[in-house]
Amino acid sequence: MNYWYCLKCLYFRSVFYEPDGCLCVYNLVMILLQRDLQRTPSVATFAHLTNSLKHMSTVSTGLFRSSLGRKYLMALSGLFLCTFLIVHLIGNLQLFAGDGGQAFNVYSYFMTHNPLIKIVAYVNYAFILLHVFDGLYLTMQNRKARPQGYAKVDQSKSSTWSSRNMGILGTLILVFLIVHMRTFWFEMKFGNMPVISYDGDPIQYKDMYVVVVEAFEQAWYSALYVISMFALAFHLYHGFQSGFQSIGLNHHRYTPTIKSVGTFLFGILIPALFAAMPIFFYIKSL
Amino acid sequence: MKITLKVWRQQNGKTPGEFKTYQLNDVSEDMSFLEMFDILNDDLVRKQDEPVAFDHDCREGICGMCSMYINGRAHGPMTGTTTCQLHMRHFKDGDTIVVEPWRATAFPIIKDLMVDRSAFDRVIQAGGFVSVNTGNAVDANSVPIPKQDADKAFDAAACIGCGACVATCKNASAMLFVSAKVSQLALLPQGQPERHIRVKKMVEIMDAEGFGNCTNTGACEVECPKEISLENIARMNRDYLVANIAD
Repeated sequence: MNYWYCLKCLYFRSVFYEPDGCLCVYNLVMILLQRDLQRTPSVATFAHLTNSLKHMSTVSTGLFRSSLGRKYLMALSGLFLCTFLIVHLIGNLQLFAGDGGQAFNVYSYFMTHNPLIKIVAYVNYAFILLHVFDGLYLTMQNRKARPQGYAKVDQSKSSTWSSRNMGILGTLILVFLIVHMRTFWFEMKFGNMPVISYDGDPIQYKDMYVVVVEAFEQAWYSALYVISMFALAFHLYHGFQSGFQSIGLNHHRYTPTIKSVGTFLFGILIPALFAAMPIFFYIKSL
Repeated sequence: MKITLKVWRQQNGKTPGEFKTYQLNDVSEDMSFLEMFDILNDDLVRKQDEPVAFDHDCREGICGMCSMYINGRAHGPMTGTTTCQLHMRHFKDGDTIVVEPWRATAFPIIKDLMVDRSAFDRVIQAGGFVSVNTGNAVDANSVPIPKQDADKAFDAAACIGCGACVATCKNASAMLFVSAKVSQLALLPQGQPERHIRVKKMVEIMDAEGFGNCTNTGACEVECPKEISLENIARMNRDYLVANIAD
């Protein structure tokens, strides 16, 4: 039989492969490199690297300058923030542990000291800003696309209320986020927090639990939270499934599932559980 | 039937327009919406007034010319119909009907209810074709195409380019139109060689013409007289992403 042996990937190959045309990863990389080196023969590898980077960056500016590219950014940042919400909710449900806040305080310490979580947190802030500014940019473009509106508009039969008011709902959520970050994130980072230690544990924990409880004992503060969770619910009811459509994932078999996850998990369950926290601590304080 | 019409009158793109109210006393239920406008214009001509300018052509729902924004909805209250296929029996005696032109930066008003939709033509010119000399018609089934693909391509090709999607979209986005024109070729073997370059060029011109961005409200799908599906928009989103990564 006509077999030969590829010295690079150490596999036997049949006659259908040319002797130096083995389709192993090593060979393919070499072929690609050689092609690029022929194109820029003078400065070998460094030129190759910078060229690839230059090509990639022009592709991305071209892509993300277009209306569709902007929507990809909107969808991907939004869906990332959706996954963040799940993690945030699961962590915060420890407020209900009934142990005087020990689980929650240990968790808060972990979230502010683990380097991996810290990196993800900054990615998260970046995505929030991206989502906000991209949304603003798109809204301004949309305004320009129809400077003179209709005298009579009846869109109630053709689209959902939340889908038409994503900007307003998003702005409400942003206002909430600023208040929320000021009360908890800012205090945790820069505030003068009470500390607490637990038996058999040398670490002095910042008592985040007390800060949360005291904040939610104020009626107006809890009310703001509950109202904001309604805004979040309507925003995600449209936003979650819309994100999939924007990146081109629409399939008759899977889209109904995505839509029900958007409705029941992100539109009802998650906002309801978040809203339960201020309600619980407010009622407890009465 | 007695109908009160509030119609947008505008001399040309440069002068500001306004609503004018007309009273029609003898409208038949069997008339189409455009036939009612014929009666109105007949009245106006007899009174030595200027008739209302509006686009119309085939009057059987396939040409896509009859652009009217009726009572806050593109092509009026019925779904899956054009204005010429909308009949007066869907209105009540004594109704007041507000009629406006499509409103979008990309569709400048020519006169009254007529708008310039040549932005759509320029999108098509950018890539909505297969640039190969096809020669004689080949035998049917010489290129095998699965039935589902053929059906989907045909559904996309049903788009008549009326502009109702742009008119009804809160952002004046042309995504449904462009995606239908991208999909009808992307689904067929003949469209594959230019699949990537086509979607890139058509989206580029769509953006340059000043249409808005898609927020997936789905209003276009509901108001489209040919009931083009949002799946086409997803297909275009997907193709554009793949085309930009691959090329």
